[in-house]
Amino acid sequence: MARRLSLLAAALLSCLSVGACKQNAADEIVIGEFASLTGGTATFGRSSDAGVQLAVNEINAAGGLLGKKLRVVVEDDQSKPEEARTAVLKLLKQDEVVAVLGEVASSRSLAAAPECQRAGVPMISPASTNPKVTAVGEYVFRVCFIDPFQGSTMAKFAADSLHAKSAAILRDIKNDYSVGLADFFRDEFSHRGGKIVTDVSYSEGDIDFKAQLTTIRGVKPDVVFVPGYYTEVGLIARQARELGISVPLLGGDGWDSPRTVEIGGNAVNGCYFSNHYAADDPNPVAQQFIQKFRAKYSEVPDAMAVLGYDATGVLADAIKRAGTTDGKKLRDAIAVTKDYAGVSGKITIDEQRNARKSIVVLKIDGGKVKFFQKVEP
Amino acid sequence: MNDLLQQIVNGIAWGSLYALIALGYTMVYGVLRLINFAHGDVYMIGAMVAYYAARALLAPGTSSAGAFFALLVLSMVSCGALGFLIERLAYRPLRGAPKLTALITAIGVSLLLENGGQLVFGPDPKFFPQLLETRELSPGSGIVVTNVQLLVLCVSLTLMVGLQFLVFRTRVGAALRAVSYSAEAASLMGIDVDRVISLAFVLGSMLAGAAGVLVGLSNPKIEPLMGIMPGLKAFVAAVVGGIGNIPGAMAGGILMGLSEVLVVGYISSTYRDAIAFVILIVVLLVRPSGLFGASLQEKV
Repeated sequence: MARRLSLLAAALLSCLSVGACKQNAADEIVIGEFASLTGGTATFGRSSDAGVQLAVNEINAAGGLLGKKLRVVVEDDQSKPEEARTAVLKLLKQDEVVAVLGEVASSRSLAAAPECQRAGVPMISPASTNPKVTAVGEYVFRVCFIDPFQGSTMAKFAADSLHAKSAAILRDIKNDYSVGLADFFRDEFSHRGGKIVTDVSYSEGDIDFKAQLTTIRGVKPDVVFVPGYYTEVGLIARQARELGISVPLLGGDGWDSPRTVEIGGNAVNGCYFSNHYAADDPNPVAQQFIQKFRAKYSEVPDAMAVLGYDATGVLADAIKRAGTTDGKKLRDAIAVTKDYAGVSGKITIDEQRNARKSIVVLKIDGGKVKFFQKVEP
Repeated sequence: MNDLLQQIVNGIAWGSLYALIALGYTMVYGVLRLINFAHGDVYMIGAMVAYYAARALLAPGTSSAGAFFALLVLSMVSCGALGFLIERLAYRPLRGAPKLTALITAIGVSLLLENGGQLVFGPDPKFFPQLLETRELSPGSGIVVTNVQLLVLCVSLTLMVGLQFLVFRTRVGAALRAVSYSAEAASLMGIDVDRVISLAFVLGSMLAGAAGVLVGLSNPKIEPLMGIMPGLKAFVAAVVGGIGNIPGAMAGGILMGLSEVLVVGYISSTYRDAIAFVILIVVLLVRPSGLFGASLQEKV
């Protein structure tokens, strides 16, 4: 019922936003950002937004772009794909932004990307890793690696580093990101001679996973791959340990939130997940960023903050090189980004508009997330 | 075999939560013939009250049975008060109005609580404090039963028996039954109908509050929209058991939990939410008044 009402409200809002047009000041460049500031995956949106804001402040402090100030309009999509589309429509039609930053979740980027493509406005996703996102069209980019790489890295890691012979998969069936990652893990793990002993699923929002976990317990896997988001991962880990499953759980960058450890507690110790960056990475660019971030927000940035920062950096770099904010020219400039020195590593945009980057595997140990190993593409 | 037994344990533990919520539905329906759609959201408020109380009053990391029972009582009392207010402000003014009006008001109250909850508590999920340390009660048997699961079941059963006693063995219960039978005749006999209806709401909401705390304890992630799906399924459970019937609601809830867990464990999680409604349809086809319901002639 609530969903139906919010759809109605969304429809009304989008009607209104087409009619109302606001003139942007001549001395500023307006970019849009849509993020999950509230809702089920709120830490994703809040972190990436913190990264974007930090980057924009720095760019403006250094004199702005093309002699103009950079202004970012932020829209909250409440962690819902249907709201993401509405938010981006508002950014495009009402705020007349020259480029769009967002989203972290692939489902939400996928909902919004066709609108940017249609409007001819470049969109850069900081952290959506599902391959389908940039396949929407030539105006859609990302500054993170994609799931085939992430999934196969974790499969390799399970087989080589953990010497796992068998794996179970527990995927979020309603989530494009989770389903994609599970498939890539499955392919690579089988390809390496490992055996997928069971492949079960849940749906976002579930709080009881004991039925699936009992099935997994019955087939005694060496590892369990849980490519979900942090909201469910903590509970899954807890219930797995309660049922006596003691093998490591593995996951992807969807685990990257302080909530994973908060909800999971001791249950997530000894688990591994792949990520875009590690806070204890000795790379000076990263350490400098962490310092600046701490000074402003007094907390250690997670990967979503780093990618929000890098996405803004890549966009600003392209605006500078293009010398204009014209959609077509800006798009072309983003497309030829090469070796941009981001916090999450050197970013080069390839022909599929994806970033070619290294990946890190992190281990949760004693309630802390620690760097474990780095894998180059 | 072990797996099947484990799934049955999981199902009963999960179902006893539905049962608690279903008891509240049945309570209100039995007296007022009103489906209180806001009931699932009262359950959410119950969890939130306990969450904030624990954060405000307890040192972080506290785990004691005393603290748990204190929060359980606090949450039940708060939800009882909320139930009283809902009845007083939303439903009582519509007492003489057609049934449909009250039903739509119930949906309105539900939306108010859900969206108000998102405003007040914030829409992101919260982690419910671990008031009791989870311990396994059956080490070595291959079937895990935790103290929390057992507690949830015991609280549900106790509340059900208490409710049954109250309704069939006390004067208040007699008044409840009298109003349920005929509000008009009851008022002619000197029963204060408004008070009895308030009482039904208070009792029902208290049960929802208890369910909220118990779910926080066993599945410690709570958020403002957490009441929608369990509310719906508990309603189905109450109907399947024969709405208005107390042991029926309990049985319906357990049946709902068991079938859900078995479907997820042996078929696919995709059908998790569908199974509740399949059971509803099948039961209503075979026994239109529910498993435990006496067939009654409704005056239309």
